[in-house]
Amino acid sequence: MSSKNHPSILFRESQPDEGLKKAVGLKRVDVISMVRESGLRGRGGAGFPTGVKWNFAALAQDETKYVVCNADEGEPGTFKDRVLLTERTDLVLEGMTIAGRTIGAKEGIIYLRGEYDYLRRHLEAVIARREQANLLGDDILGTAGFSFRIHVHMGAGAYVCGEETALIESMEGHRGEPRNRPPFPVNTGYMGHPTVVNNVETFALAARVVALGAETFAKVGLASSTGTKLFSVSGDCTRPGVYELPMGLTIEELLREVGGEDAKAVQVGGASGTCVPHKAFTRRLAFDDASTGGSIIVFGPQRDMLRVARNFMEFFDEESCGQCTPCRRGNRVLLEGIEKLEQGVCTLTYLSELKALGESMQLASKCGLGQSSPNAFLSIVEHFKDEILARQTA
Amino acid sequence: MLVLEREGLGRLIRELCDRHGRSRPALLPILQELQETQGWISDYAMQAVARHLDIHPVEVYSVITFYAFLNSEKKGRFVIRLCRTISCDMRDKDRVARQLEQELGVKFGQTTADGRFTLEWSNCMGMCDQGPALMVNKQIFTQISPERAHEIIESCRRIYALYPERSEDTALEAAGAVQVLAGPLALEARS
Repeated sequence: MSSKNHPSILFRESQPDEGLKKAVGLKRVDVISMVRESGLRGRGGAGFPTGVKWNFAALAQDETKYVVCNADEGEPGTFKDRVLLTERTDLVLEGMTIAGRTIGAKEGIIYLRGEYDYLRRHLEAVIARREQANLLGDDILGTAGFSFRIHVHMGAGAYVCGEETALIESMEGHRGEPRNRPPFPVNTGYMGHPTVVNNVETFALAARVVALGAETFAKVGLASSTGTKLFSVSGDCTRPGVYELPMGLTIEELLREVGGEDAKAVQVGGASGTCVPHKAFTRRLAFDDASTGGSIIVFGPQRDMLRVARNFMEFFDEESCGQCTPCRRGNRVLLEGIEKLEQGVCTLTYLSELKALGESMQLASKCGLGQSSPNAFLSIVEHFKDEILARQTA
Repeated sequence: MLVLEREGLGRLIRELCDRHGRSRPALLPILQELQETQGWISDYAMQAVARHLDIHPVEVYSVITFYAFLNSEKKGRFVIRLCRTISCDMRDKDRVARQLEQELGVKFGQTTADGRFTLEWSNCMGMCDQGPALMVNKQIFTQISPERAHEIIESCRRIYALYPERSEDTALEAAGAVQVLAGPLALEARS
């Protein structure tokens, strides 16, 4: 749902395929500069500038290139891609098609998480309809030589596959274990070919950027975090759901929007994100401040923050791919530390050691999963020490 | 395994490999279809797939064990997965869990003696605004109360009486003739 106070970019009324129609009339470099000037940054959470990514892939010399839509939305508390894929399917596919033309790819793949299997038939129906309408296939919109096809590739239940190199490994038929970077997928991606991997929301926004122009997009939000962002809001609030809001709103403002004013803390960015306590609700939801791929989980006054931390650590203990030691072992040790805290037998010295371990994991883990898995634990320990130390066991 | 069953499975695997191709990227789609129609991937199936793709069977095994939705052990006709991640946890998923355990007489991670149900935990399934959520095989159900959990199990039992084989789900679903499980999925009711 979009808010009355904030105009929508993704859900506003518009001509269908306005962006694609405009893109076929533009030179590829012009599309890239447009996306770059818009300031659009990746919506999956990492915030890499989309125009720069597209440019790398466009410059790569290869006959075969790929556009991959990362619909492996697995971050706890995130469900905005589910809504986009359901309600703005055409816009997502349009964005992929524009990316295909821009980088010179003929094939697009939607990597859809296994849990969203029920969306597959819908996606394939829309793809088929777009082929009929000459919006996919050969000579798209009568443009000679512009071919692009999209198919859906199903995930099979692995959170780590949302990491782009793990996702590529998975598409190639392997265990979803992240690769070392570099090389980056824009050079050596799917089957060794240049590959652009973008989040669902990024493609949808890119289509809008081309339709509306870079300036209109860049006017919304902050200078370093332009445009709107979809927030998936859940937890202790009266109006959970998906919200499209300008980047740079404060947490306080968002809480007013969703009916969560009495929150004592908000988890920004899901399990891999950070827990923001009440006193810091003036922080902004933007790439350079409290950054999120969309997940906002609201904790009301009675929430037991240790239970929250435990839930997150159980999640990572389960979802670590096991490839590198800091992550495989570290998450288990932090989880055991939480058990000590629950029993009220964790000394402050040991807690400091756990914090140091968490910091090592942030530095030494191979991919984003291990690097971010201690975040929730560390921020909860930092802000809720009073609540979690020396507990009476029930 | 009976010789006839083995031959049938062998035929199915050959057909899948013909359709998806005999390259490594075809591995997951092949395994997913096997999983869907058979409910699990047996040692024999792993070996047959490996032979077609010209890779070592242990490669197939290693892929299967990595993904939550592929399994190398037989599971129940209905695999019920309850989301245990934070937002569903905050919406009282523990009560739903207790109810499921009582209704089925098994703990999480177990299969009922009659082979009809397997009960498992799952991580976030992206229904955080409508929790608690659970999946029955491939279908997602949201806003589950203990009472609703009972109803879902009851409808599974009714379906079992009519269609005891999991392999029938795909055909039924594709035909669009029957809603495989009762209760429509409330698609984005809130948005």
